[in-house]
Amino acid sequence: MTFETIITLIKIFLLLGGLMTAAAYLVLVERWMAAWVQDRKGPNRVGIPLTKIKLFGLGQPLADGLKFIFKEDFAPKHVDKALFRIAPIVILTAAIAIFAAIPFGSVLPPLEIEGVPDPIPLLVTPNLDVGMVYVFALSSIAVYGVILGGWSSNNKYSFLGALRSSAQLISYEIPLGLGLIGVVLFAGTLRLDAIISQQADSGVWNVFLQPLGFFVFAVAATAEAARLPFDLPEAEQELIGGYHTEYSGMMLLLFLIAEFLHMITAAFLIVILFFGGWHFWGLTGAGDEVTWFTAIARIVVLAVKILLVVLTFMLVRWTWPRFRFDQLMAMAWKVMVPLGLVNLIVMAVLVEYQQDLADIVGAESLWPLILISWIVTIGAWIIAGLYAPLSTDNTPRPMSMPFDAETELN
Amino acid sequence: MSGTNPNIRWLEEPKLGLSGRMYLPLFVQGLTTTFKHLVGPKVTLSFPEERPQIGNPLIYRGVHRLNKDGTGRVKCVACFLCATACPAHCIDIVAAESPWPDREKYPESFTIDELRCIFCGMCEEACPVDAIELTSLLDLTGRSREEMIFDKEKLLSVYDMTIDAEPMKSTALGGTL
Repeated sequence: MTFETIITLIKIFLLLGGLMTAAAYLVLVERWMAAWVQDRKGPNRVGIPLTKIKLFGLGQPLADGLKFIFKEDFAPKHVDKALFRIAPIVILTAAIAIFAAIPFGSVLPPLEIEGVPDPIPLLVTPNLDVGMVYVFALSSIAVYGVILGGWSSNNKYSFLGALRSSAQLISYEIPLGLGLIGVVLFAGTLRLDAIISQQADSGVWNVFLQPLGFFVFAVAATAEAARLPFDLPEAEQELIGGYHTEYSGMMLLLFLIAEFLHMITAAFLIVILFFGGWHFWGLTGAGDEVTWFTAIARIVVLAVKILLVVLTFMLVRWTWPRFRFDQLMAMAWKVMVPLGLVNLIVMAVLVEYQQDLADIVGAESLWPLILISWIVTIGAWIIAGLYAPLSTDNTPRPMSMPFDAETELN
Repeated sequence: MSGTNPNIRWLEEPKLGLSGRMYLPLFVQGLTTTFKHLVGPKVTLSFPEERPQIGNPLIYRGVHRLNKDGTGRVKCVACFLCATACPAHCIDIVAAESPWPDREKYPESFTIDELRCIFCGMCEEACPVDAIELTSLLDLTGRSREEMIFDKEKLLSVYDMTIDAEPMKSTALGGTL
């Protein structure tokens, strides 16, 4: 076994451990946020096992995990057993495999150990030139898990839930892609670490350069991760569960972990594509020449940014009511896709004529690009707000009254 | 119901202004409200450690007690009015001839099934001698079903527990002693 393999294995273990812990503790954070927003205190009882030490309820994920392990793994008699068991595996595998291409830091400084190549990039598959495509392809595999779960459950509610969710997930793939193509065009690469480096070099995060793309991408990513207000795959109260109605115990947990991983992926992508990844002005530097301080600072900055995005997701959950399904679709096709197309065209033109623009202004500066981009964003936003239902109004109109009972019955 | 019924007045909700149609101001407004609650004061009570404040213990309907009279005897005269009034049929009284000269009957046994009780307070209303009362004890727990069936001794002990904090209502209301 070469050192390269060993290092890759270490990275995989670190990533998997980190992700699973993060997923478990984000459940706790989500419950805390839910409680605090509703003026409650939230979980604060379970602490260190077998002691009376409460420790702010940090033992709660452990208790939840134990409970899930001891729950009966029940499959109803009428389901298609094989597909029923495969569905959560598919969805979780895809959700985890995405992280192979996602950098969870920059590079480590030279270790100066015999045989160890340096620098070591904090990325499971370094130099993967199609990173973005890989991430995108795997994130759309979630649809298969949803459909499999709903279909194999052999239950009309699960099946309808699965159709609903897959329609949503597939629809929002399009604005997701449109939002991201702008970034890819501008960076000229599909490698996530290269996209971060490009932002770090120029010192201008993409969110300032293409706010419209950020908006479209963030909304679509929220929908892809099935977070509120787009959580129609789950919608536990009013839509009779979703595709995972028949699941229980560990298999349900796999679905839930996958959903949390999707949220973490969405946060990672938003931070990497639009908020400069590990870059922070005056703290983490730009190039690949790192000391231990900058290497660790980069990881911390990335983690803090991701946590902030995740917390925003959780706040949004308690801010907005859930969309109705037709509103959800109208949002995707009538608002997000046009806005994404505008962003795509503007970015394509700007990238094409960047040099000419720089010649006119006289400097290699990004300011003219940012200015044009913001003007276009505000213009497109106003047009969308005035002519398209950005706010989806569902007041009953006299026109749309179902029927006139007296005339209908006579 | 018809959409054209003249008796129905359709209310139009106010039209969204420009900032409303731009969506973002409203979104930020909503997030701000949510965020305020995130850091605002909490209303939760950590129950076993913190006791809730009961507004007026005299009208709170908690665990029952059987009142005693001035000489320490049970006040109940076994008239069965409470058992008759009880909608949950959780009161069971066995009456016997009273050993005391001032009344004819007394309850030989008096049991309340607290698991069936709905704490409606009708027994308290029905009692002509104010013998049964509901206290403000709210944490009624037990480890078995048998433990939750309160007999006469237990109900009288509830009286001893609570009489200092909650005087008999009848004295305050001018009833019998």
